[in-house]
Formats: sequence, C-alpha cells, structure tokens
Amino acid sequence: MQARLSATDLACRKGDRLLFARLSFALEPGDILHLCGPNGVGKTSLMRILAGLARPFAGTVERGGEIGMIDGRHALDSDRPLGEALRFWARLDSSTDLAAPMTRLGIDALGDIPVGYLSTGQKQRAAIARLLLRPRPIWLLDEPFAGLDTASQGLLAELVGEHCAAGGLCVFVSHQPVDLPARSLDLAEFAA
Amino acid sequence: MSAFGTLLRRDLAILLPGGARGSAFLPLIFFLLVAVLFPFAVGPEPSLLARTGGGVLWIATLLASILPLDRLVAADREAGVFDQLALRGISEEVAMTARLVAHWLSFAPLMLIATLPAAALLSLSGHTFWRLFASLLAGTPGLAAIGLITSALLASLRSGTALAGLMLAPIAVPLVIFGAGHLARDDISGALFAGAFSLVLCAIAPFAAAAAIRAARD
Repeated sequence: MQARLSATDLACRKGDRLLFARLSFALEPGDILHLCGPNGVGKTSLMRILAGLARPFAGTVERGGEIGMIDGRHALDSDRPLGEALRFWARLDSSTDLAAPMTRLGIDALGDIPVGYLSTGQKQRAAIARLLLRPRPIWLLDEPFAGLDTASQGLLAELVGEHCAAGGLCVFVSHQPVDLPARSLDLAEFAA
Repeated sequence: MSAFGTLLRRDLAILLPGGARGSAFLPLIFFLLVAVLFPFAVGPEPSLLARTGGGVLWIATLLASILPLDRLVAADREAGVFDQLALRGISEEVAMTARLVAHWLSFAPLMLIATLPAAALLSLSGHTFWRLFASLLAGTPGLAAIGLITSALLASLRSGTALAGLMLAPIAVPLVIFGAGHLARDDISGALFAGAFSLVLCAIAPFAAAAAIRAARD
C-alpha cells in the first residue's frame, strides 16, 4: 500500500463563517494523525474535505489511495439483519470474506438481528468491520471510539496500529487520549 | 456482480412487497380503497361508474404513488449511504437509476394487477379495462420518476412527504391528461403520449435526483 494524504493551505467556510484557514499537513505511509479541538471548530468538516465529500473554501487535498471512512452514521439498513446489511457492502467491495472482520469485531453472533435493534456500540463495530472488508490505504475515522466499550476501544487502537504498520495511514478525531503513536493536530490553532 | 446489480438487489430487498421496510402494500390498499369507496360516494349506477371509473383509478394511482415517497431517499441520506458509495467511486446517478427501477417495481406491477378487481368494482367494460391497463403501464414509470425526483429534492427536509405530494401533482398533470385521455379516445395516441412523457421523465430522473443529493451534501 502506498498511502499518501496531503493538505495544502486548506480553509473551510460554513455559511458565512470561516472555520479554519491556512491548514497544511502531509502524511506518509504509517503516519497517524490525531485531530482534536473544541466542538464546532470544524473537525468533521475537515474530515469530509479530506474524504472528498465536501469542497474546501480554499486549498487543495491530494490523496494517494482509496479512502475508508467512519463517521457518526453507520450507513446500514436499519430494517434488515446485520449480516445482510453488511453483505451488501461486502459485495460492493468485492470481498468474499465477511466472516473474518465480523468475528474480529465480535459481531459474528449478531448476523440475524435487524440493525435497528443493535446498540450504538454494536453498530459502530459493524462500521469498523466494513472498513476491514478491503484494504484501503487511507483511513479517515471521525469519532471512531464514540460508543465503544473499553475492550472494543483497545481493539480499534490495535487495528489502527496494524493498518499503519502495513503501510496505511490514518487520520482520526477523538476527544479522549488514545494509546497510539499519533501526531496531534489541534484544529483550534488554525481557527480563523 | 456489478455495482448496479448489487444496488438494485438491495433496493428490491428493501422496497418490494414483503421486503424489509414492510410498507409496500400501502399504495395497493389505498388504490383498492378508492375503487371500493367511489361507488358508495356517487351511487351504484353502472353507466355513471363506467364513464368516470377509469379517470378515478388514474387519480387513485397518482395519489397512491405518493405514499412510498416518505423514506425513498431520505433514509439513505441520513444513514450516510450515499457518502459511503461516493467513497467507493459509485455515483449517485447509478444509485438513483437502481432506486428508480426498484421504486417502480415496488408499486406499479401490484397496482396494475389490482386494476382488474378495481375495474370490476366500477363496472368498467373489458375494452375500457384494457385501455386503462395500457395507459397505466405507460404512465406509472413517469409517476415513479417524478416521485424519485421530489423525494430526492425533499430528502433533507423534515416534513418532506407532505410537500412531496404538492410537488408531484403539478408535474404529473400531463401524465394524467394523456393517460386518462387514452380512455376517451379510440386510438392509441393518449397512451403513446403518456409513454413518451414517462420516458423523458425516466431519462431525467436519475440525474436530477443525483444532483439534488449532491446539492444537499455540504
């Protein structure tokens, strides 16, 4: 995996308010970036800009590699059983092995339960399982630890470690200190 | 399997009768309800029913097609499905094309079948029944397309469904005019016009709906 992600002179505007400006960074394979900052400073907006889902007000983003993203929304059909909901994404990702990520995340026993009945943490684990369906060099994780129990938080940190050791890179947003060799970037310093 | 096939399979699993969302029979029940109630309201005189029944069923179809619009696009938008698809390089146009096909399949075939008992209730002649069937077959894809566009446009609004009805009806007027007009004339021009209008709408719908989804994404 040759992961690259760089941002040059990024600025983000929401409505008529400039959230942040002059933000630049470059990530190499193996890098982990911990985005932090107070609520409303533009962390989620930055993640969406990095993912290419939103356009920056100024500046450019260069991506080398496919992007895997976790945001607050699980993108699973709440009316369908978890197994089927995940199989849809497995098919899109041309992955035949859905069982392995589900087992890894400890949700293999939940395959028959409709997504709507699952807890926040279980849905979050399902979203992480989807991330593992296919090797994607760039991981963008927006509040990935939210709702997870202590064991799952440890597991996620372990997965991020493995991903980056294999040459991937990861940007994550978290308000808690996380046990990962991560560079920290406080978005408040770029507030406009 | 191609991305389109996978998307269509999921949409069908959710939208088809007996599917996960479980409201697919509502349009059908609504349609039949109109056919049952109409004779009570205007009286059981067969000639009056036969003269007005076809048009009533056309209006019932139009209104019934509004019922499934509630969560047609909004649910996926809220759950972030379109964002995850975009990250995988699957455009909203592809997703909306699959949604259009699944949406039409979810209400139209059942309603076309139900035209038979409805025609009997309104004492339509066999000839009128077939003309009605043909014009509904030509017109319902257009109704599905308008429905998809409006529900994509209103997906980010909280009370979208109520507005969807108001938005769909004016655009659907030509379909009703040509579709129901087919019953009154003895040539096939009405159904052809309704079909042509449907084709145009179906060609526009995936692009219009995709643009609406992208515009709502900030």
